[in-house]
Amino acid sequence: MTSKGAAAVFEMRNKSTEETELIARLIAGAKQLFHELIRPYERMVYLTVFAIVKNEAEAEDGAQEAVINAYRHLGSFRREAKFSTWLTTIAINEGRKRLRRAKGAAEDSIDEQAEELDGDYTPAALTDWREIPLEALERGELREALRRAVAGLPDIYRQVFTLRDLEELSIEETAEALRLNPGVVKVRLHRARILLQKQLVPFLKTAAPARKRFFGRAV
Amino acid sequence: MTLECKHVWEHISEYIDGSVDAQLREDIERHLEHCEICSAILDSTRNILILTADDRTFELPVGYSKRLHERLKEEIEKSRQGPSGGR
Repeated sequence: MTSKGAAAVFEMRNKSTEETELIARLIAGAKQLFHELIRPYERMVYLTVFAIVKNEAEAEDGAQEAVINAYRHLGSFRREAKFSTWLTTIAINEGRKRLRRAKGAAEDSIDEQAEELDGDYTPAALTDWREIPLEALERGELREALRRAVAGLPDIYRQVFTLRDLEELSIEETAEALRLNPGVVKVRLHRARILLQKQLVPFLKTAAPARKRFFGRAV
Repeated sequence: MTLECKHVWEHISEYIDGSVDAQLREDIERHLEHCEICSAILDSTRNILILTADDRTFELPVGYSKRLHERLKEEIEKSRQGPSGGR
């Protein structure tokens, strides 16, 4: 392991110990510490709800509600679980509840969406990516194109992609939070990534400078 | 074993996540050494993931954090009042 990797693991363990202590103090009565506990996860909670409801205002209300629910039910959090996964599950439930409400009670099968069997999950071939300077990646239009592409993914793929690639949960944590088999998570993640790659390649081709430059980057 | 491009594409996501077995990893890497198309597909997919994880790509609504903590503060105060802790 590199020293950077070792430092990251150390930091993670440290964080987890600090979190366990915070939770213990909170349950013992230091309620205002919940502000501190939730702070590192605010972004994650919002993005999780947003991936389901796809509306900013609704996602913010949902994120607030999820955080309040987590506060109210902290007593039921089991220490052996990971706080981030527990919180993600609460955020997912809140998002789904809102989606059901928005779609009407008749449509109650959002968890049952089938995989698309006939989709084309072949990546787009390109030969000049390496010549695209890093500045192109920094450009606002590319970020906007990526946001649009993610928003346009089928729901089941967007939810897995959000947890895994935006929030950087592991495959196992993503599976646990969405109550899916890890194999299903891998398939959905693969398809989501390929669909995004396909959508963004044409954009990148037109965004690439005409003049050929070589950036000799080894990955 | 010599891999065809389409086999590399099928495993590209797991390859990025480092979850393919050692043999397959070696086969994919051997293929990538001579296949520019697959190398570019891998690079582009990886770059999309880097951009996705960048906080500037998916931003939160302005004032989100402030409003969230205000709401939480109210809830904490409410739960401190009353004999049942306000639950």
